[in-house]
Amino acid sequence: MQAELLDIRNHIAQYPPFNDMPEELLERVVSGIEVVYYRAGTQILELGQTNHWLHYIRSGAVEIFRRSGELYNRVGEGEIFGQFGLMMNKKVRFPAKAIEDCLIYKIPDTTFQHLWETDENFADFVEIEDRSRLRSAVSRREKSNELMTAKVTRLISREPVSAPTTVRLQEAARIMTDNGVSALLLMDESGERPKLQGIITDRDLRTRAVTHALASETPISDIMSEGLITISARSFIFEAMLTMLHNNVHHLPVMEGDEVRGVIALSDIVKYESQSSLYLVSNIYHQNDVKGLKKISREVRDSFVRMVNEDANSHMIGSAMAGIGRSFSQRLLELGEEKLGPPPVPYCFMALGSMARDEQLVVTDQDNAMILDDSFIPEEHDDYFLALAKFVSDGLAECGYTYCTGDIMATNPKWRQPLRVWKDYFTDWIDNPKAEALLNSNIFFDLDGIYGETDFAEQLKTLIVEKAGGSQRFLTFLARNALNRTPPLGFFRTFVLEEDGKHQKTFNLKRRGTAPLSDLIRVHALASGSRSQNSFERLKDVANTKLLMDDDAGNLRDALEFISIVRIRHQALAIEEGREPDNNVRPEDLSPFERSHLKDAFQVVSNAQKFLRFRYNAGATRNV
Amino acid sequence: MSNAIESSNSNRNWPETYRQGAEQAKDTRIRDFYNAGCPDATTPVRDVPLVALDFETTGLDVNKHSIVSIGLVPFTLGGIQLGEAWHQIVRPQLPLEQDTVTIHGITHSEIEHAPDLAEVLDTLFQHLKGRIPVVHYRNIERPFLNMALQWRLKEQLLFPVIDTMAIEAYLHPKRNPGRWQQLMGKKPISIRLPDSRIRYGLPHYAGHNALIDAIATAELFQAQVLHHFGPDTPIGDLWV
Repeated sequence: MQAELLDIRNHIAQYPPFNDMPEELLERVVSGIEVVYYRAGTQILELGQTNHWLHYIRSGAVEIFRRSGELYNRVGEGEIFGQFGLMMNKKVRFPAKAIEDCLIYKIPDTTFQHLWETDENFADFVEIEDRSRLRSAVSRREKSNELMTAKVTRLISREPVSAPTTVRLQEAARIMTDNGVSALLLMDESGERPKLQGIITDRDLRTRAVTHALASETPISDIMSEGLITISARSFIFEAMLTMLHNNVHHLPVMEGDEVRGVIALSDIVKYESQSSLYLVSNIYHQNDVKGLKKISREVRDSFVRMVNEDANSHMIGSAMAGIGRSFSQRLLELGEEKLGPPPVPYCFMALGSMARDEQLVVTDQDNAMILDDSFIPEEHDDYFLALAKFVSDGLAECGYTYCTGDIMATNPKWRQPLRVWKDYFTDWIDNPKAEALLNSNIFFDLDGIYGETDFAEQLKTLIVEKAGGSQRFLTFLARNALNRTPPLGFFRTFVLEEDGKHQKTFNLKRRGTAPLSDLIRVHALASGSRSQNSFERLKDVANTKLLMDDDAGNLRDALEFISIVRIRHQALAIEEGREPDNNVRPEDLSPFERSHLKDAFQVVSNAQKFLRFRYNAGATRNV
Repeated sequence: MSNAIESSNSNRNWPETYRQGAEQAKDTRIRDFYNAGCPDATTPVRDVPLVALDFETTGLDVNKHSIVSIGLVPFTLGGIQLGEAWHQIVRPQLPLEQDTVTIHGITHSEIEHAPDLAEVLDTLFQHLKGRIPVVHYRNIERPFLNMALQWRLKEQLLFPVIDTMAIEAYLHPKRNPGRWQQLMGKKPISIRLPDSRIRYGLPHYAGHNALIDAIATAELFQAQVLHHFGPDTPIGDLWV
């Protein structure tokens, strides 16, 4: 093999069954390759046709069919097809058709036979694959598994394009157009090695430079974004997706240590997986009125069902749905500001509860609030913020996020206050805890600034972290509240036996499962000084402090994941069957597998509650 | 066919040029090359043996710069034979400029130990003969090869090439949006090799060397024919 073919060797060596292959065999594979391009729609292999090649997909996607013409499998980059016939009579058994433009590496039968005879792993792979794939119908999981198993580096299609932070606006725009990129990295070159300092995107150029008619000589450092959100080259594509969803950024520099490997754009992921929830998010930002937003909000449920069917885990689904919810809120705020004019004083729009925790599902109401700058003068400014809050709240309601029954919304004057008042609220909740008051304000301890001066929200998080961990009384009250709802332990084949001996036909998976779990995780998280909002991340933080035994944190994580995913599937099923999704599950609707694991999961919740009661001396005030 | 893939060479009677070339050639390798013949302009491109060819040079000026490396791979529309690929570093006549070294990733020591082009001509002609070269940007490979042969053999070599960049230029006659359109996010269409490949869903190659670029060019040509021309297109419509 020519050393210059390393690129090709390295690609193949990433994927089974080539990834553990001895170098000499790998080189033999590369040397035998014939490269062929197929347009989308081309029949690559016809049934019964003689075929002497193993096909490896370098890029593109191929559908494999059964003899009957029924779709059998869908394969993509790094996967092989055509092996079945090679193991038998060199006649095509499974016809193959390109569904995207494909670049195929054809490996000759002689090489295939040699690998089959000499390489155990290879033989296992082609033989076992044969059997297992025969069993499985078209797996809808393949695609999302790719999102979960493929690294972000696979999306990097070019070297990063950068310029020093000292360039001027016009020069930056020229570099971007010359290179045909939608984002330009800006490097601080004053040190020994250039250091990534900022980024400027197409959107920035339009919104910051063009609309404000900035001079072409404006230093780029005046308008670039700093404090960049980046992602490690070792991350998976779905992590990049979550990062974009969470931070509302459309470009992510991919880092290897201090060095930039490349930049991936939202459109790269959308291209990779055109049905991802990111697609919906990018669409949200293209809507110019509430009507448009309402129209695409109908796709939220489709997006949810798709992720469930693709076997995404609850963290992914919860984050994606929260990301979508945040995007609706953000777009509504942008539209509101367009309509009402710029805000008279700075403000932060805050999400609370499940959206802040990145644990949102499809049946959800809106919980939000506004933190205003301390220069806020109610008589002069509040008309504006009330109008804005109302615009957003009504818009969200149009898009399916129903009004909060507890009136925890920015339209409520109590939750539309300057930062110093918010600080007083939290100080009071923590220093003078009262059971009743805390029950209602629980939700404020899951908070996330999603628009405007998000630093205000960070200041509140800091206040909470500094105060809560040291306040035993507060934690005791919080723990007591977290014990109010208990898991349905007496849970039999087709009914739930409550402690008072009554039978119930259904139980509520949120009230009796995920909510008590996130409540008790919140207590541990606040006790250990965690700034995280998401329950899984809180558990990680808690595990680091040794407040819980490692096993306990792990069990809680598994229990939360399992109960959440049963709840999610229950809702997805309802949507698919055209029913209104809810949280009420009948035991007989669960599979034996789900039933037995739910029992275990509820046991974990129950034990964790016992520990909580003991740990925070939260004597029992039990009512179910 | 539009003018973009047309030059004074396009309508030349190439089979006849090759016959005359064989009669006049003094060097046996050049004679062999011509004797292997050239397909008639009406031959469908699917039946034509091709060779993707890429040179890396010390600069763009054929009068001042020299070849540093050669990458080539024989192919047809039906397949690119990686096993037949060839890559050779050669010692340029003129000192290597610092910046080209970093671009090509070829070190000074590799160059010092490399043979002169004259020493590898046998192999080069073995690969070229009987095939139509495919290049991305025709003003490098053909002129540089001719200049090198003039120097060493005092003979010239005439042959048609297929230029994948000229094909892209032909497909995208209006490549540059106005200044305002550019600022509003409309991008010029680049016909450089990596950018052209993206339009056909072809993968990104991290490495850069003459061989990978030759392979990249061969893949691009396959894609261009399948997307825009069809395998029955006469070769005479595509060469320049």
